[in-house]
Amino acid sequence: MDIDKLTVLAVSESGFIFDPVTGHSYTANATGLKILELLKADKNEDEIKSAIMDEFDASDDEVTVDIQDFIENLKKYFLV
Amino acid sequence: MKKEYIKPYIKKQSAGVMNKFGVTYNKGHREDIEGVPVGKLTEEFGSPVFVLSERVIRERYRKIYSYFSSKYPKAKMSWSYKTNYLGAVCSILHQEGETAEVVSDFEYEKARSLGVPGNRIIYNGPYKPLESLVTSFKDGAMVNLDNFDEIIKAEEAAKQIGKKVPVGIRVNMDTGVYPQWSRFGFPIENNGAFNAVKRISHSEHLYLEGIHCHIGTFMMDPNAYKEAVKKVVQLMRKIEKEFNITISYLDFGGGFPSNNKLKGTYLPPEVAVQPVENFIDAVADTLLDELAPDEYPDVYLETGRAVVDEAGWLISTVDAVKRLPDGTKSYIIDAGVNLLYTSTWYNYKVEIDRELHGAYENSVLYGPLCMNIDVVVESAFLPPLPKGTRIILSPMGAYNVTQWMQFIRYRPAVAMIMEDGTLERIRRPEKLEDVTGPEFVPEKLRKFNL
Repeated sequence: MDIDKLTVLAVSESGFIFDPVTGHSYTANATGLKILELLKADKNEDEIKSAIMDEFDASDDEVTVDIQDFIENLKKYFLV
Repeated sequence: MKKEYIKPYIKKQSAGVMNKFGVTYNKGHREDIEGVPVGKLTEEFGSPVFVLSERVIRERYRKIYSYFSSKYPKAKMSWSYKTNYLGAVCSILHQEGETAEVVSDFEYEKARSLGVPGNRIIYNGPYKPLESLVTSFKDGAMVNLDNFDEIIKAEEAAKQIGKKVPVGIRVNMDTGVYPQWSRFGFPIENNGAFNAVKRISHSEHLYLEGIHCHIGTFMMDPNAYKEAVKKVVQLMRKIEKEFNITISYLDFGGGFPSNNKLKGTYLPPEVAVQPVENFIDAVADTLLDELAPDEYPDVYLETGRAVVDEAGWLISTVDAVKRLPDGTKSYIIDAGVNLLYTSTWYNYKVEIDRELHGAYENSVLYGPLCMNIDVVVESAFLPPLPKGTRIILSPMGAYNVTQWMQFIRYRPAVAMIMEDGTLERIRRPEKLEDVTGPEFVPEKLRKFNL
């Protein structure tokens, strides 16, 4: 996965995300921000899943599907 | 302690594309139907399951009939079997006093099997086999004829039972709505109806008793009924004058809308659909204007959808979550278009069984069929749904459990919430024998080696 575009994003703790290259802005929730932060740190999907499950009360199956869905969304926005 | 998990989302911000009417129609959740938890219904009857409410059916009927009978002295209602001919549903409405309105030999037999006397059945429709005409004439049913060939067929049937029988004719007319339902009955405007009456008046086996019309379905404008009543009463006058025949009943059929949301309509049905009272006013007030003070023929309404649609729900379950290549969120649910014939013309109300957090987005609900056409809801504004979420679609009471088909999957159970809150299974789920039972495999085809 190409994470170059993610690394330039300006991300605030409140969930506001600004892309200085395109000028587009995004909002994300706490779980979304967490995944974004881990993707920027070049973690793979298994590592992201473990980190999410350590912090949040969620099942393995649900988190697996949701991470995949989140990445599909990033693809839709041409962020990865 | 771990934090509560909310499904992740990221949403691009954009300006200037807001829909001024909002998209709140599909937003909402319900934990129960008529006080019965959704989980209890699926636990007892499985998923998907159609759920009907006895209380709502009775209330809707009483509301419509009491208003109609308060406006017109000889108001009568006949239950449109094709709208929903589940035995339990028909029986509720027969208990309430509705006769049966059937449009086929099958429906006629079904009404009889439920215990409806033949002389309490209205037999309509464009095709009535000779045998069923014979039976219905013997039983004293009210038969409304559709075309000249059917007049000849009815004469043959009456001849077979050796007596002169009463019939009605179905008529059609321009009521100012498009499309005009001209394929059923005899047209008033070009004298087709008058000629049919002339033909019947010369018959040795038939005599005319009534006039029937049914001007359309899911009618949005009550004024069309005003036109229909005016034209039918004018025809009645002409018949009385020319042939000295007294018409004893007028039947204005059905076609009143429910609070379902037609595709292509912008406003929610609560705004777009006029209350049923407006339609009854159109019929009854026009009748009182047009009829003489001492002249009150029996007047029938065959309202189906407006009685039963809002008494039904479908509970289905999310089996899988997918994001399409264009980014659209989609869900695969366990109920498909084979169960939901009306999905071709309605945008159902979509509710979920719990409150869920997360960003709402327009999502597609796909059914379980391996067919590209299996799209149950094209766009529902939903939060991220976990697998297993129950989705409640409504209104579901009209036309689905009659027009559904066994295709690819079995048809599910139908449950009824009784007035006292108890649950009854009014139709069991299908099993293999239901499908293979009528089939026959020739002997030479029964063996194969793979």
